[in-house]
Amino acid sequence: MVATLEPPTLRFAPVDLVPNDYKSDVSPIWCPGCGDFGVLASFYKAIAELHLPPEQLVIASGIGCSGRFPAFVRAYGLHGVHGRALPLAIGIKMARPELVVVATSGDGDAFSIGMGHVPHAIRRNVDITYIVMDNSIYGLTKGQPSPTSPVGMEKKAAPYGTVERPVNPLLLAFASGATWVGRGFSSRPKELVELIKAAIQHRGFALLQVFSPCVTFNDTYDHLKAIAKPLPAEYDPHDRIGAMKYAVDEETLWLGIYFQERQMTYDEALAAKRAQAAKPGYGIQDIIAKYMR
Amino acid sequence: MQDIDLTIRVGGDSATGGIVTTGEVFARIAAYAGYEVYTTRTIPAEIKGGHVMFQVRLAPKMVWSQGDDLNMLVAFDQESINRYYALVRPDGILLYNANDGKPPPADGITQYRLPLNDLAKSINFQRGRNLIMIGAMVKLFNLPFELATAVVEKQLGRKKELLEQNLVALKTGYAYVEQNVTRVAPFHLPPRPGAQERLVLSGNQALALGAIAANCRFFAGYPITPASDIMEFLAGEFPRIGGTVIQAEDEMAALAMAIGASYTGVRAMTATSGPGLALMTELIGHATMTEIPVVVVDVQRAGPSTGMPTKVSQGDLRLAVFGANDDAPRIVLAPVSVEDNFYQIINAFNLAEKYQTPVIFLSDQDMSVRVQTIPAFDLSRVRIEPRVLAQPHNGEPYERYANTPTGVSPMSLPGMKGGQYVAEGLEHLPSGAPEYTPELHTENMEKRARKIRFAAREAETLKMYERFGNAYARVAIVGWGSTIGPVREAVEQAEREGMPVAVLYIKMLYPLPTPLIGEFIRNREVIIVPELNHTGQFARMIQAQFWREVVSVRQFGGLPFARRDIYQEIKQVYAALEPKKTKWPRAQKTHKAKPTRRK
Repeated sequence: MVATLEPPTLRFAPVDLVPNDYKSDVSPIWCPGCGDFGVLASFYKAIAELHLPPEQLVIASGIGCSGRFPAFVRAYGLHGVHGRALPLAIGIKMARPELVVVATSGDGDAFSIGMGHVPHAIRRNVDITYIVMDNSIYGLTKGQPSPTSPVGMEKKAAPYGTVERPVNPLLLAFASGATWVGRGFSSRPKELVELIKAAIQHRGFALLQVFSPCVTFNDTYDHLKAIAKPLPAEYDPHDRIGAMKYAVDEETLWLGIYFQERQMTYDEALAAKRAQAAKPGYGIQDIIAKYMR
Repeated sequence: MQDIDLTIRVGGDSATGGIVTTGEVFARIAAYAGYEVYTTRTIPAEIKGGHVMFQVRLAPKMVWSQGDDLNMLVAFDQESINRYYALVRPDGILLYNANDGKPPPADGITQYRLPLNDLAKSINFQRGRNLIMIGAMVKLFNLPFELATAVVEKQLGRKKELLEQNLVALKTGYAYVEQNVTRVAPFHLPPRPGAQERLVLSGNQALALGAIAANCRFFAGYPITPASDIMEFLAGEFPRIGGTVIQAEDEMAALAMAIGASYTGVRAMTATSGPGLALMTELIGHATMTEIPVVVVDVQRAGPSTGMPTKVSQGDLRLAVFGANDDAPRIVLAPVSVEDNFYQIINAFNLAEKYQTPVIFLSDQDMSVRVQTIPAFDLSRVRIEPRVLAQPHNGEPYERYANTPTGVSPMSLPGMKGGQYVAEGLEHLPSGAPEYTPELHTENMEKRARKIRFAAREAETLKMYERFGNAYARVAIVGWGSTIGPVREAVEQAEREGMPVAVLYIKMLYPLPTPLIGEFIRNREVIIVPELNHTGQFARMIQAQFWREVVSVRQFGGLPFARRDIYQEIKQVYAALEPKKTKWPRAQKTHKAKPTRRK
């Protein structure tokens, strides 16, 4: 299928608002010091810098600390059930492709209960931005190990230490054919703002993993500050295999845009099929007529 | 000719293929010749291997059930003769494959032998046995060959090369009978010119057409028997009319996508069967909580677990009505026939939109796959009930979940300036902000339930019920779903034999239209509730609602009721009834329900 791909521009009249204008009246319920505050602040700034009209933005979420995210933004939101942020977001985007759609999850919501949806959203290349605030723990249920917890983590639900190996969300994305993969850290807001902007501007599915430590149950600030750093200046985000090499590195956790590639999005692909199948003036009468004897 | 009423059963093994095609194509030929047809089938869940039965009933006038006894058996193999020969009426006929079957010695039943395998070999087309059989049937019934050709071209014409072979096979069977059979068949089906306009389709097709007529433009689903053809139908038609179909990765994703689409203002639906509905229960509660309209079709099949995927059941009623964590009021509808699927799914969309609620639509395997002739749809009856939309003003705070007298709150849609809100699965303030005070939860539970209580009135305003039989009868049947067909015929027979029965079929199962049912059942001495499940799920609902004993008639083997099953029940009820003492009906002030026998 050949079709002309539009350049990565946003499809609405820009507005001039400051980050504070995007704050809702609901105050975040997160623990003081939670990494999610950093993600939220960066998000306000990013959408302000993108001049996004609040009524054109929809944020879908699942359950957990991340699930509260939409309530704190003066935009449209849909707070779903555990694990279903992505299919809700896909429904929104595919029904109204002109909207800017963001989904927010935590590592449990995305890579455990919602794991069945992640590869499929990626392989469809739905034009949505998926921000996964990864703290490697279940925070809201008070500290059980998560799918990104390291082996040997001792928690109440694993008093003798976990034995499961963590998933690598970035590799998972590459394996599913991702067209945009990035990683940020809540304590590096400047870079995070740029990452969120790039992810939203990308036409296609963007997986943005953000390290967002849980101060209460899994305080990894010092550890992350020691081993997380930006991808090298000469890094080429168009080399899928090269990107995967950086993604497997466990000594250094690289931050930045790992990969980006413009491919036909899900809504573009279905629109092309519709254009092929469309029949002028065709309607219910014609369909019924096929079944008349 | 008016008294022709033929029941024809086709049997064979699915490994050799074409049994259903034989029945379905023949049914269509009869339909095109001007007859009313009603088909039913039992197929194995496997693609190849296992016995298949397909039954066609045809008559010049409408028929309402699959037929009890056989006028004709078409046997592809010995097993079909073993299974069904005893069901053939003494004046009936048998058409059998002489290469794989030996019937009992001739005993009045007219037997026709067809060397099916040899004939297939002679044209070097093993897979053409079904078309050879159809050709033979066409000749036996003296149907016009050109009509058969036309139907085969329409039904099987997608692959040109195969079509040529199929037409040769059709001709081969036809010619064999023409040249070798001297005994004239006892039944003929002369074409009926001027027969009424008819659609020939299945319940799933009628449902999909109804969804299109109701302006549904988003569908997400996960493959499951017997619901998949709804998705397949829409996948073919939606792209042509600007709709979207997504084959989701599982049922939870399917419903979540539909909810997401509806949140933006597009009418959305998913379709599944029992196992899928089980997976969707959490999201149905979510749609209740967030007050997002969505239609969930459950084409019921026998369970639990994987159960019997190709057999009928009405066992998901409780799951549909009560399946949720905590109380999650929703609307549950059930069509009664192939035709009714079209009109009721339109009601489903309108009620979902009007009351901003999930609507569960309980079809079943029997009416969903059955191909039948039905009157052409009356598009002038189609009404689109719009969603109540907010008109948010910038500056004034918009309250998505404002507590209104009806419980329905005007909804804003993404893109509306100043209408931003979060559709919240947590308990929430009118604004949508999460909040859980006991007072708020109490108020909101009332709000969500109030909407649904109001919706109960729609059963009468939209006439979502069928009443027939003898209005003054002491005995009544209250039912739901596809059992209406055999009930209709059994009641007609009983009436002729002096056992009048009044019948009410309800298409809104939750909320129950209490005044409608209450009015109907008061003064009745016996209420029979027939249904296809083990525990009498609907009967128990009626009992609980009206504090009355009912006769719960249950069948749960995976087959629809036969006319005879219901008729015998009526007969038994009448045998146990005391003779009428007082004139009935009488004007009464109080209506004390008499306890009646319970089965």
